[in-house]
Amino acid sequence: MKIVLDNLTKRFPNRDKKIGGEITAVSHFDLEVPDGKLVGLLGPSGCGKSTALNMICGLEIPTEGKVFFGDDDVTNLPPENRGVGMVFQSYALYPHLTVRENIRFPLENLRGAAKLSKQVMNEKVEEAAKLVQISHLLERRPGEISGGQQQRVAIARALVKLPRVLLLDEPLSNLDARLRLATREEIRRIQTETGITTVFVTHDQEEAMSISDLIVLMKDGVKQQVGKSQEVYEDPANLFVAKFLGTPAINVFKGEVIDGNLWIGEENVLPVPGVKDCKVYAGIRPEGFIPDENGPFSADVIRIEVLGRDTSVVASNPCLDGETVRAIVSSDYNVPAGKSVHFSLKPKCVHLFDQESEERIRYERKDGKKL
Amino acid sequence: MNRSNSKAFLYLLPAFIFLGIFMVYPLFDVMIYSVEEGYNSASQTFRGVGLYNYSYVLRDPYFLQALKNTFILVIITVPVSTLIALLISLGLMSIPKFKDLFQTIFFLPYVTNTLAVGLVFMILFKKTPYSEGFVNLILSFFGGPSIDFIEGPYWAKMTVMCFYTIWIVLPFKILILTSALASVDPMLYKAAKIDGTSDWRIFHKITLPMISPMIFYLIITGFIGAFKAYSDEVAIFGTNLNAAGMNTIVGYVYDMLYGNSGGYPSYAAAAALILFAIVLTITVINLIVSRKNPVTQ
Ligand SMILES: Nc1ncnc2c1ncn2[C@@H]1O[C@H](COP(=O)(O)OP(=O)(O)OP(=O)(O)O)[C@@H](O)[C@H]1O
Ligand SMILES: [Mg+2]
Repeated sequence: MKIVLDNLTKRFPNRDKKIGGEITAVSHFDLEVPDGKLVGLLGPSGCGKSTALNMICGLEIPTEGKVFFGDDDVTNLPPENRGVGMVFQSYALYPHLTVRENIRFPLENLRGAAKLSKQVMNEKVEEAAKLVQISHLLERRPGEISGGQQQRVAIARALVKLPRVLLLDEPLSNLDARLRLATREEIRRIQTETGITTVFVTHDQEEAMSISDLIVLMKDGVKQQVGKSQEVYEDPANLFVAKFLGTPAINVFKGEVIDGNLWIGEENVLPVPGVKDCKVYAGIRPEGFIPDENGPFSADVIRIEVLGRDTSVVASNPCLDGETVRAIVSSDYNVPAGKSVHFSLKPKCVHLFDQESEERIRYERKDGKKL
Repeated sequence: MNRSNSKAFLYLLPAFIFLGIFMVYPLFDVMIYSVEEGYNSASQTFRGVGLYNYSYVLRDPYFLQALKNTFILVIITVPVSTLIALLISLGLMSIPKFKDLFQTIFFLPYVTNTLAVGLVFMILFKKTPYSEGFVNLILSFFGGPSIDFIEGPYWAKMTVMCFYTIWIVLPFKILILTSALASVDPMLYKAAKIDGTSDWRIFHKITLPMISPMIFYLIITGFIGAFKAYSDEVAIFGTNLNAAGMNTIVGYVYDMLYGNSGGYPSYAAAAALILFAIVLTITVINLIVSRKNPVTQ
């Protein structure tokens, strides 16, 4: 079942009474989550991700706009009637109940015609536990299992009643790096197996990009861009999106377009046909630098970092809008610190942004593709 | 014993000394008094050693009355006050707007002097030649009989006593329970809400178990406090509690030591130890029950 958010807005009264007024947590947010897909909602802390999620599940009522599940308008439906499963950042497991009782809890709420017999409940609980591989932990209490296991219990509890929609609010933020990696793959596996439409909130771009069918970027309550991870990475709509995605982050330079050429400092680094003369931010992905003695772009090497597969050159450039330039090059590359090196640039990895609006400025590539 | 252990004992020594002087020594002293028969406090002599003091106390009608009064007080006031405090706390939690104001109002009796509250109760309940007392005015307004609550029948006096005890312990219990309720992770309620849990089920499956350690704490301390009741009785019925038939065990101990008929430290000691045994038994039972509770584990 698809989820449609139509012009969704949430304003809170300001907590600080002295300032007064309102905080807009989510502003005119439109989104369509296709049936059976996993969408990653991504953005920095405080940008309104949780608020958006809470409006989908019904814990918050939107100030404006509508929420649709399929063709049903659920905007004013209380959470219990929406058929959503939710996994909270803190898991919110009931500490006094065993894992089995925790997972059974939503089933025991069913009344009337939907009421289940004890045996059916137990079967469903065991099925859900098996799906998230915690069958051996059913008799323990949440305090007696690890963070990763608790998280899986939370997922099992959200899944056991076969919700129409699964919502996950930063479910991995309490786990260590290795467990996080394993669990996110598990979430992906479970989602694919069950085919439940899922919204996954995170502020970790790598996490979102790795498991989502679609990612949605938010900033200050406003949607910035929606698309497949790779598309958004390669074709960011504005400077915020370009900076937010990718590790190491994109290198941003202050530059200028003169006669269809991009100038960074004194160097004419790339032809950018079809762009009017103006001041720009030039974003260059770390993988967009090709070591080349005759290349047009120069930088002073500060140090070389070798991290397994990759070698990254950390360098400085006077036009940089940030601390250091980072270029990822092949591992056999080696230059001493302090030396000036030259690079040529892959046009695919160079993005131009207006200095005022920070919106993308597109230019034509040699092969005719618009970039 | 290794070095760090002996160091730890050194640091604990002052506490041990104080506990020894003011708790352990008196306890043994009381035990010794309680088995010394025919003890004379003037000459500090006694006839022999045995359990006569206990059998005397247990046959003394004043003691039996005090025992009965104490038990009635405990059995009525502890559950009732805990329940009322729970209801009030739940009410407070559901009106976030005036929570602070009401919390202050409910807390006022706690910082008010016992005797002052006693005075207020006298005004409410006492019949004097000039006035019927506030409660009697209300009773007669509804066509009820006039009752002398302070010097009248036993059940009337007991009602006042229970009323007063509940009133005086409520603020502390409300304070503890509101903070216990506030400390329950709100996410649990949100999760339950999304799963369509009814309000009643949320209360008895989540709220109640989560605050049960505090409820146990209140019941244990409530039992102990009610068994030690004495000053509240004096505040309402005056110092001659035996005459009023409203004495308590602690009151009996006091009377045996210093009262008009006093000067019998051996009887007092025996009565005190009987009280000690009762309180200990009930506390142990409470602890065993609360051990079974998963939240406290
Ligand atoms: N109940 C509330 N009352 C007032 N302001 C609120 C409330 N809930 C959220 N806000 C504000 O709305 C904004 C968005 O909050 P939200 O919790 O949705 O952010 P988030 O993207 O989930 O952040 P995080 O990644 O830190 O969880 C924040 O500025 C926050 O202070
Ligand atoms: Mg959040």
